[in-house]
Amino acid sequence: MDLISLSPLDLALAAGLVLLLAWLSWRLHLGIERRILIAAARSTVQLVLLGLVLKVLFATTDPLLLGLLALMMLSVAGWEVMARQRRRFRGAWGYGIGALSMFLSSFSITVLALTLFIGVTPWYQPQYLIPLLGMLLGNTMNGIAVALDGLSRQAWEGRAKIEARLLLGATWDEAIADIRRDALRAGLIPITNAMATAGIVSLPGMMTGQILAGSPPMEAAKYQLLIMFLIAGGTGLGSVAAVWIGARRLFDSRHRLRLERLRTV
Amino acid sequence: MAALTLKRLQPLRLEPIDLQLAAGELVFISGPSGAGKSLLLRAIADLDPNAGEVLLDQQPRSGLPAPEWRRRVGLLPAESGWWADRVGAHFMAPGVDDASVPIAGETGAHARDSAQPGASQPAASVVAAETAVAAVAEPTAAAADRQRAQASPLHPLLAQLGFEPDVLDWDVLRLSTGERQRLALARLLANRPEVLLLDEATANLDPANRERAERLIDAYRRNHHAAVLWASHDPDQRERLAPAIGGRRFVVDAGRLQPE
Repeated sequence: MDLISLSPLDLALAAGLVLLLAWLSWRLHLGIERRILIAAARSTVQLVLLGLVLKVLFATTDPLLLGLLALMMLSVAGWEVMARQRRRFRGAWGYGIGALSMFLSSFSITVLALTLFIGVTPWYQPQYLIPLLGMLLGNTMNGIAVALDGLSRQAWEGRAKIEARLLLGATWDEAIADIRRDALRAGLIPITNAMATAGIVSLPGMMTGQILAGSPPMEAAKYQLLIMFLIAGGTGLGSVAAVWIGARRLFDSRHRLRLERLRTV
Repeated sequence: MAALTLKRLQPLRLEPIDLQLAAGELVFISGPSGAGKSLLLRAIADLDPNAGEVLLDQQPRSGLPAPEWRRRVGLLPAESGWWADRVGAHFMAPGVDDASVPIAGETGAHARDSAQPGASQPAASVVAAETAVAAVAEPTAAAADRQRAQASPLHPLLAQLGFEPDVLDWDVLRLSTGERQRLALARLLANRPEVLLLDEATANLDPANRERAERLIDAYRRNHHAAVLWASHDPDQRERLAPAIGGRRFVVDAGRLQPE
């Protein structure tokens, strides 16, 4: 099986579907046609750029350049997590909590996978590193955003409940425990569902891509499994870190609930 | 048994406050809404950022972990929060030891009256004796009552607020405002705080229940020699409760605490 190369015309025709969607949105007064078009344009530019950058990177295997790209991916993911919070932490925390927990989870899991599971040499070989890191960042980003949003929103709405517990002598940890649990659960549900329905309801994107590109289906399935497990681990780790840091930040050293550390967008 | 001392305590939006409450003393604060009564109480409980120091007897607040401080200096907020579905779940707060002594009615061991001047006036004593009845270990008085009291120290406390023990199985969502307020008081007292900070403790209660709550608070103050700082906007209540036991009254006005 050879890879059938896509021509710009093929893509342009496919883009027609997005135009159709935008037209529908305009006709039905959904008011999101602008956002659809901008998002489609963004993905075009971003993916073409990534293709170009990877082409250069694959040729060089320069660790410094790779590090820069990884850092850029992380910083955009961090920004994205922050943008999805209705009530964000003020100051550097708003950005830092999401970015740090994604760094902790995605980067460590990627390195683990490259060195232990896949066993590439050198481990930072871009053909493996960048796609893996991208998949992990993209998915942990979703989990962390959902979990953090749940935490800050519930803390905001549940002020009386939290303070009632503090007033009876609970520590900050005890007072926020159930909210923290709920937030974590919400963050982990998407990947759990994805694993449960993979292959039955949905053919995961990566596996589809590999099969289209000519890989044997069994190899594609194995890689997809690997990725799913990595994503589950990464999302779990990242959400735990984000929710833990976030919950701690909601209280000060005297176990006071400090909701003024959140701002509403 | 504890006195409470505020040393240049500065809550949000208020001037620094010096105030001393003896063990077993009742002090009322009043003032227009928004004047900062609640802020003052929250600052004492260390629930909001504040400057200054508070002493429980000789013990500075800064030397105690905040959770322990709040357990010992109990604040009843005007609006109570309920985090679980069932009422009973709120009585298993951390740090509550299942001491077998009844919570509000124990007159036996601490038979002497409160240290408060004027506290031994007959009228007040009668009230205390009445509230004690439910829990006092009278050999002749219903042994079943005593058994129930031993089964849970909560039951006499709940009874004094007009609840049957099955209230612990009730659904929080179905409580009326007044029921919430009374149960929040019970929940606080079950924690056995050494000082009571009450924020409009009886504001939503009908006269009968208000009297129950007032009697219970009075009994608790005497039996535990607890200092009570009570924010109340009800002039009748302040007039009714304070003078009889020589309780002082203050007004929070223009950011300051002044005698009423």
